[in-house]
Amino acid sequence: MDWLTEHKLPIGKWLGQGVDLLNQQAAGFFDSLSMVLETILNGTTAALVWLPAWLLIAGIAGLAWWLHRSWGLVAFAVLSLLLIINLGYWQETLETLVLVLYATLFCMLIGVPLGIAAAHHPLLYTILRPILDLMQTIPTFVYLIPTLILFGLGVVPGLISTIIFALAAPVRLTWLGISSVPNTLIEAGKSFGCSKHQLLWRIELPYAMPTIMAGLTQCIMLSLSMVVIAALVGADGLGKPVVRALNTVNIEKGFEAGLAIVILAILLDRLFKQPAKQPAGAP
Amino acid sequence: MAAVEFKHVDVIFGKDQKQAAALLDQGKTRSEILAETGSVLGVADASLSVEEGTICVLMGLSGSGKSSLLRCVNGLNPVTRGELLIAHKGTTVDMANISSRQLRELRRDRIAMVFQQFGLLPWCTVRENVGFGLAVKGVPKDEVQRIANEKLALVNLSDWADKPVNELSGGMQQRVGLARAFATDADILLMDEPFSALDPLIRDRLQDELLELQKTLKRTIIFVSHDLNEALKLGNQIVIMESGRIIQAGTARDIIFKPANEYVRRFVANINPLHVLYAGVLMRPLTQFNRTQDQISLDEGWILQFDATNTPISLRLQNQEYPLQTLDYDTWMQDVVEVAEQTDQPLCVTQAGKIVGVITHKDILHSLLRQTALSTEQPM
Repeated sequence: MDWLTEHKLPIGKWLGQGVDLLNQQAAGFFDSLSMVLETILNGTTAALVWLPAWLLIAGIAGLAWWLHRSWGLVAFAVLSLLLIINLGYWQETLETLVLVLYATLFCMLIGVPLGIAAAHHPLLYTILRPILDLMQTIPTFVYLIPTLILFGLGVVPGLISTIIFALAAPVRLTWLGISSVPNTLIEAGKSFGCSKHQLLWRIELPYAMPTIMAGLTQCIMLSLSMVVIAALVGADGLGKPVVRALNTVNIEKGFEAGLAIVILAILLDRLFKQPAKQPAGAP
Repeated sequence: MAAVEFKHVDVIFGKDQKQAAALLDQGKTRSEILAETGSVLGVADASLSVEEGTICVLMGLSGSGKSSLLRCVNGLNPVTRGELLIAHKGTTVDMANISSRQLRELRRDRIAMVFQQFGLLPWCTVRENVGFGLAVKGVPKDEVQRIANEKLALVNLSDWADKPVNELSGGMQQRVGLARAFATDADILLMDEPFSALDPLIRDRLQDELLELQKTLKRTIIFVSHDLNEALKLGNQIVIMESGRIIQAGTARDIIFKPANEYVRRFVANINPLHVLYAGVLMRPLTQFNRTQDQISLDEGWILQFDATNTPISLRLQNQEYPLQTLDYDTWMQDVVEVAEQTDQPLCVTQAGKIVGVITHKDILHSLLRQTALSTEQPM
């Protein structure tokens, strides 16, 4: 046993060196990526903050009506957003909203094609699976450190960490949706002369759509759960007051900010949840 | 002209096809090949020609290779060895050796398929399902809609066009499947046990509807069934398969009266002749009789009298004349028996307006006896 401990494998050292190397060699790349992302996110936030609050609330209420045709949801959206303004967290809520929506957008942009590819190529899925497991289970703080080094303080490391954490959901659910398309449907598509492309767009994606949408809502929820951690590396938003409340043992502040996060979570969940029933699938 | 021709087609599933084929040539059986190579022999040495405009039924129990053979025709299964020729645009295309572009073209324009589990898209309406093949081809939207409506009228589903497809019953869903296959105007239809998932009554009705449609549409249909009743009812040509091989191919008459072996005999023993045999099967062709001048003598003293233009004009029994009683070639045995019971004289069978054969009471009894004799000889 002594021998084992004396000959410690330098895994941590290797990884540290790897990150250092990246930082030295590709600093330009990471800096510019960071700058671009930061500009996009901050720009969007600034635009939203600049808009009058009532207009945004009306817009969200309209979206709720358009997606679900439910007065209940519209009323909930309006009242909950008014409550947030009343609590004094409007700007923080918008910052968090922007962070969550961009993280979800990037997750879907990467995750859906990846999930489709994995469903079509079993080997890719075999390779991907342990990586996805790793991304979901490795403690967030562990990769917070390298992202911090590579991207610097601010909203970008928060965004990247959120993406790493939430990406697995859309990949897995897209994979599940595409690979559960019944064989008869694939064969029906083929026998009427679908090309691979048509098979994907006319058969596989429509069939998998409810599952992919479930991936989207999960992705939003996972991103929201990263808000406080993103605040630790300097991302603005509802996480900041929570962290501050923790540092100053301020129960009132903590609860109020927490309530705003919960409201945002419920609102986003209800907005993006698939309203239609699940398809009956194969008879 | 043959629309589809199989020439020594082998279908083998698995990685080690070469070795499996070699074992097949050595005369090894399916299970031996499976044990030695892990490859499954789907079809062995199938040769068959399907004429244009006819219904060919591939019949056999599950695992007999009938579906495997069918699915080669549109490339859902690859042909391991042999040739599978399809007449296309004046030339013949070999499915064993086809580019993916050509395959897609064939699937879009020449060959359509109907599935046992329907294979309809549950998120689409009935009309969208019918128009699926056309949409894949890139036909403009309003044209798709027009043709889909037309085909829905054909299968009596016009009122359901805008319903989601999974609100329909099984029988109706399969009608949608049929309409979808008709929609692309493909002249070769592949039907993989299309009616097997349906109730017997619905199945019977859809069989009748298919025969009715076929009268006007005249497609080349390859139909897979595990039910000899269905095969006899629908098939112009019936192909019986066992363990991946074709045992017998022929008309309903051939199968019933000259079963090639024990296996076929057992199948025949279990049919219900009243519902599957028809006048064309029961009759003796006129050419089979000895003709003396302008007369043919039938059973029990009946004489069929011809006129100067060589057309039968009357029946005579003991110098008394009787008018001809005619039946269409497609008349089911049930109706033939009914007419025979009422008229009490030999019946003439017409095809395209011409008398081609005669059914006497003896023929009817003979076919029944023949069939029941089989079933008592060979109890299942």
